[in-house]
Amino acid sequence: MAFFEIENLHVYYGFIHALKGISLTVEEGEIVTLIGANGAGKTTTLRTISGLLRPQEGDVRFNGESLLRYRPHEIVKMGIIHVPEGRRVFARMTVQENLEMGAYVREDKDGIAQDLKRVFKLFPRLEERRSQLAGTLSGGEQQMLAIGRALMSRPRVLLMDEPSMGLAPVLVEEIFDTIKELNETQNLTILLVEQNAHMALQIAHRGYVLETGTITIQGSAQELAQNPEVQKAYLGM
Amino acid sequence: MLERIRVRLRHLSGTDIALWLISVVLVVLIVVGSYRSLTSGRYTVRQWLDFVIFGLAQGGVYALIALGYTMVYGVLQMINFAHSEVFMSGPFTAYFVANALDKAGYFDSHPIISLGIVFIVAMTVSMVVAVVLEMLAYRPLRGSPRLVPLITAIGASFFLQYTFRGLYGSGVKAYPDIAMLHGTWHIAGLNIQKTLVVVFIAAIFLLVALYTFVQKTKVGMGIRSVAEDQQAAALMGVDVDRMISMTFAVGGAGAGAAGVLYALIFKQVHFFMGFVPGIKAFTAAVLGGIGNIPGAMLGGLFLGVFESLGPSLFLEGLGVPASYQLKDAIAFTMLVLVLIFRPTGILGERIAKRA
Ligand SMILES: Nc1ncnc2c1ncn2[C@@H]1O[C@H](COP(=O)(O)OP(=O)(O)OP(=O)(O)O)[C@@H](O)[C@H]1O
Ligand SMILES: [Mg+2]
Repeated sequence: MAFFEIENLHVYYGFIHALKGISLTVEEGEIVTLIGANGAGKTTTLRTISGLLRPQEGDVRFNGESLLRYRPHEIVKMGIIHVPEGRRVFARMTVQENLEMGAYVREDKDGIAQDLKRVFKLFPRLEERRSQLAGTLSGGEQQMLAIGRALMSRPRVLLMDEPSMGLAPVLVEEIFDTIKELNETQNLTILLVEQNAHMALQIAHRGYVLETGTITIQGSAQELAQNPEVQKAYLGM
Repeated sequence: MLERIRVRLRHLSGTDIALWLISVVLVVLIVVGSYRSLTSGRYTVRQWLDFVIFGLAQGGVYALIALGYTMVYGVLQMINFAHSEVFMSGPFTAYFVANALDKAGYFDSHPIISLGIVFIVAMTVSMVVAVVLEMLAYRPLRGSPRLVPLITAIGASFFLQYTFRGLYGSGVKAYPDIAMLHGTWHIAGLNIQKTLVVVFIAAIFLLVALYTFVQKTKVGMGIRSVAEDQQAAALMGVDVDRMISMTFAVGGAGAGAAGVLYALIFKQVHFFMGFVPGIKAFTAAVLGGIGNIPGAMLGGLFLGVFESLGPSLFLEGLGVPASYQLKDAIAFTMLVLVLIFRPTGILGERIAKRA
């Protein structure tokens, strides 16, 4: 039994068959990346895991238990948190309120205060701007806030949808370093969706390639980085 | 600069020019009317202040109702047209309690406790009506085109009106007269009707309490997160359905309390009593920028004062006969004007910028 697994998942939007029976596993403490072009179905996969979409067929299991009968907020309570595509921070709330939103499912005030300190240590820029409205942050700062907000829930599994999107290369590097650090120091399990295959394969342990709703290639990060097809299609070689 | 004006002029359509002319004419009419009224000396300063005070009390009631419109719009992007009946159902039901308390002589012996009971009954009933309304009438329609819940809301509004009419008749029911609220208080050199003072203070107190609830509590934060981004809220572990119910509950409680205050001013309830204050509160919410809570509160107070002053201030000065009967027309003209000229409301722009 895998820590986290998806089995033969089929998802439709009306008549559009967006996921055509994908299966993948993530072990505890692993970074697994899901790479694919625009419209491949990466976001759809994460939204199905989070309970925002219902699959027609297949299963999503965490510690052997199916997530399909839970609603999104219950899935968050189980320790699976999703940093959505495009960050989706609460623009009209302050930075601090956004982080408090991340801890919405928790009741332990002391633990929340501790985690707030940890997030500020991880992203000092957020601390400087704690009472600023999140909508006024730069794109990079918003991404940090989105990640920090997710960490506030003390997740066991972190689902990340294109954290590099729209960021300058230096910032992308910074964000990926943070992701790696979280994985190494806190043994956080991460499913990382990316179009930036180059960066994703540098920090991931294993990876899957998704093409129009089907997983076509899978293997360790090194194997994928050396696969000629991956090199041609996703690494621009 | 000149070039830009020229470009804008070239793009000006007939409608733009007509709208611009209308707004100029309105401003001129208001200024001229006000000037003539003020210089005619028909009203003393005291009387003008009386209009303002009545307007503030009435505006507090509008503000409390408007809160429900604006909060529901915030989370569902829908105008709950049945909110005026949520407003009616609380004080209408509480009328029976008030009457019983009055008959037992309780209103004379324990006026504050009695009034408290009436408030609690009215707020609870309005809250329950609002929450049940959402669960039965609106929740099944989530995700359908926006026109569908709107039509349902209008249907629900009639349903509630005629249910109350069917159960309790179409007559006007007089709220008990409360001896404690008779007469006036001498405040800052003015004799002010006790009722108006109590209504205004109660309204402000409730507005502050409800606003604090939304700003400071965990449920309030959940409601705000759902209003901003339903899916992101769900991804943070917020139970979206529960927050939508809570929004209707808060709005319903505000409307129920507003209904009792309204009954204190006008001393009566009626199955159709929600209609006019409902539309006015909706106007107030639009005025403040729909979805914006402080905006709805300020919009309500402003509309209350504007409507109270308007007939004597600029309609009479223009020689309009029986101007007081046109006070409702002022509110509705304002609604149309705001929708045409500033659909985002007076505080709307700040929101748009911040979002
Ligand atoms: N709400 C929707 N309604 C209809 N079709 C949708 C919807 N969302 C996604 N799709 C379709 O499903 C397919 C997969 O979309 P998805 O958003 O999962 O892709 P993605 O891999 O995340 O792409 P990107 O890298 O551009 O974010 C696409 O063909 C898309 O057009
Ligand atoms: Mg995507």
